Amino acid sequence: MHSNKKLTVSHSPFWHNGSKISNRSYNVMFATIPALLFGLIQYGIPAFGVVALSISSAMIWELIMNSITRRPITIGDGNAGVIGLLFAMLLPATAPWWLVITGTFIAVVLGKQIYGGIGSNPFNPSIVALAILMVSWKDFFDFDEALLNYDLNFIMVYPLAQLKHFGLSAIQAYNPGDLLMGKQTGGIGSTFGLGLIIGGIYLIIRGIIRWEIPISFLAGVFITSLIFNMTNSTLYAGPVFHLITGYTLIGAFFLATEDSSSPVGFIPMLIYGAGAGILTVLIRNIGVYVDGVIFAVLLMNLANPLLDKIRPKAIGKV
Amino acid sequence: MIKKSFFGMTKPRIEYEALETVLPKPENISISKKIILFINSSEKQNTPQRDILLKKGDHVKTGQKLLLSEKSNEYAISSVTGTVTSIAPFTGNYGQYFTAITIELANKEEIDKNFSDISGNPTIDIANDFLLHAPGKPSFELLSNPAKPINTIVVNAMDTDILVTTSQHVLKTDINDIKNGLDILKNITKINDVVIVSPRHLMHDASGLDATIKIADLSYPSAFPKMIMKNLLNNQVPAGKTCEDLGVCFISAEAVASIGKAFHSSRIPLAKTLTLVKKDGSTTTVSALIGTPVSDILNALSISVKKKDRIIIGGPLTGYAVYSENYPVQSDTDAIIVQDSEDISHVSDYPCINCGECVRICPSKIPVNMLVRLLEAGLYDEAANSYDLYSCIDCGLCAYVCVARIPIFQYIKLAKFELDLMESEQKNSAEEQNA
Repeated sequence: MHSNKKLTVSHSPFWHNGSKISNRSYNVMFATIPALLFGLIQYGIPAFGVVALSISSAMIWELIMNSITRRPITIGDGNAGVIGLLFAMLLPATAPWWLVITGTFIAVVLGKQIYGGIGSNPFNPSIVALAILMVSWKDFFDFDEALLNYDLNFIMVYPLAQLKHFGLSAIQAYNPGDLLMGKQTGGIGSTFGLGLIIGGIYLIIRGIIRWEIPISFLAGVFITSLIFNMTNSTLYAGPVFHLITGYTLIGAFFLATEDSSSPVGFIPMLIYGAGAGILTVLIRNIGVYVDGVIFAVLLMNLANPLLDKIRPKAIGKV
Repeated sequence: MIKKSFFGMTKPRIEYEALETVLPKPENISISKKIILFINSSEKQNTPQRDILLKKGDHVKTGQKLLLSEKSNEYAISSVTGTVTSIAPFTGNYGQYFTAITIELANKEEIDKNFSDISGNPTIDIANDFLLHAPGKPSFELLSNPAKPINTIVVNAMDTDILVTTSQHVLKTDINDIKNGLDILKNITKINDVVIVSPRHLMHDASGLDATIKIADLSYPSAFPKMIMKNLLNNQVPAGKTCEDLGVCFISAEAVASIGKAFHSSRIPLAKTLTLVKKDGSTTTVSALIGTPVSDILNALSISVKKKDRIIIGGPLTGYAVYSENYPVQSDTDAIIVQDSEDISHVSDYPCINCGECVRICPSKIPVNMLVRLLEAGLYDEAANSYDLYSCIDCGLCAYVCVARIPIFQYIKLAKFELDLMESEQKNSAEEQNA
């Protein structure tokens, strides 16, 4: 029976559709290009520095953790790069170097590696990092303060902060079209709404992210803010304003959709997205924080294992 | 190999091959030197059996029944005339053990008369005694099991795996044999409820048969017995049960044709029709005697196999790879695939990243993302109790789409195998205690 020729023997299936993790990561990076380029052009070299430092430090943290835990080197899958990239897109352009490095440490080491690496993180690593930094050094995340030295020919005050501190009358000057086209202050890659939508649609079409999460997230934001607006239109801003300011769009398309911390079933995805959307507006309108996306997504990450218990009955089960 | 398309919103649809109307004749493969026959053996043999009926140097005739021992009923039918040159144990996948018998060809063919003497009056016992290993592997042991009475026979004219067109080919070319076989089958089993499952384009061919025709669609895995039960017979098999438990027995179209041929010509059919998929993906239908080494078929079609290539017995999603070119064609070998080393996709040791591709493609609606976590940790009991392990129909689609390239299908098969082992061990120890 034996022959000298050594054949490859393995278990079926012998076909694979060719998808791989690195491909997914690079597609996410590709999809961020419109929003990211816009931010880089707007804020110039400091923003470029933050993005470069964030991506590279995230990858170095991953490499360090790989060697400490004596596991195969995984920076090639691009996941650490994506974490660093998304984290940088949330930061103001003037974030100091130590803030960026601390942030990527929290994201990669505390947010992902200590749970066992890719796929095991209960929360979106970029969001964990941002949440901890926002609570620890909140002055650096006050965009009005952080971007004080910039003048970019549009209203250089953070729309959500205006709404929070000065009420509805303070945001009358903003024009929704301008906001969508990125004429607002905010994180490096999170202000150009149109670019984020284009990137998100690209990811949905390629099947990298599912449409259920962003759509239900945006629907949650829209409906909740509409209800607030209808109950008291002199106090609460309208739904369109909430949709295109702050982290809403980057949250819907890039943050809430992170694989490991989001559910996979159809109904769980809808609940997850809608829940994050609703919480976002609740925090913005009633809570103390200016923007609610970060904490809303974090809270829904927490609910993810429970949500995935809602599942259809497998065939043959009674 | 079907790759993921650029647009990935919907789940991929993998289709069965539809056989075109004009059929090329299957190429007959001649045997160069020897054949290898497998006889099932119930357990692993470390020492050679004492009471063995067959020995080296024995002369066997074409169609002769080869019994290994007085104690077991397992047999093989020699497909050639020749001399036994070796008898050796052989280990298959997942606890299958065989005795491999090598027969070297003699110059002159002699036909064994045992079957033709009694074939005039077909009964289920004769079928059980001589046709269990006929091409298509008729499931007589299921049909004649008094513990699980069968009410319905389903003749499956669809091949369960993609690329394979063997059953369709047999349905188109051997329709008369199938017709005869079906009559004999009904006669000997006394079961009149026969359903034939055919793809739409072969409906016309199947319509001449005396059976209810059900049309299966061409999307994989609709030709799997449990999917046919659910979609076409409205008789969903509960998790952990088999189709036979519900009184339904599946038999391939080729097996029915074999029954027809056997009793019609008073000779046990020995040539297996199979689909051969070459390295470039093109397919040919060949006809080879049971026991023909794969290398003979490859030589006849001048396919060269290099180091690190892969030879697959069965389809690309559910078949099994063999380590030797000398592996023989068996009664249920519907396809042989030769895969170039460059086309082989390797698995990885990445954990599940929870992307959900497997959950969306699973035809049984199993939460594969959760299941694989438990299986990786070896928690088989919990996997079976809480995460629907036994709802799995073994189609392999989850591992086909897995982004992290986890060998999910292997984990599932291993888990089922381990659970079976545990169960039989428990049974054995309980019996020992009672004794």
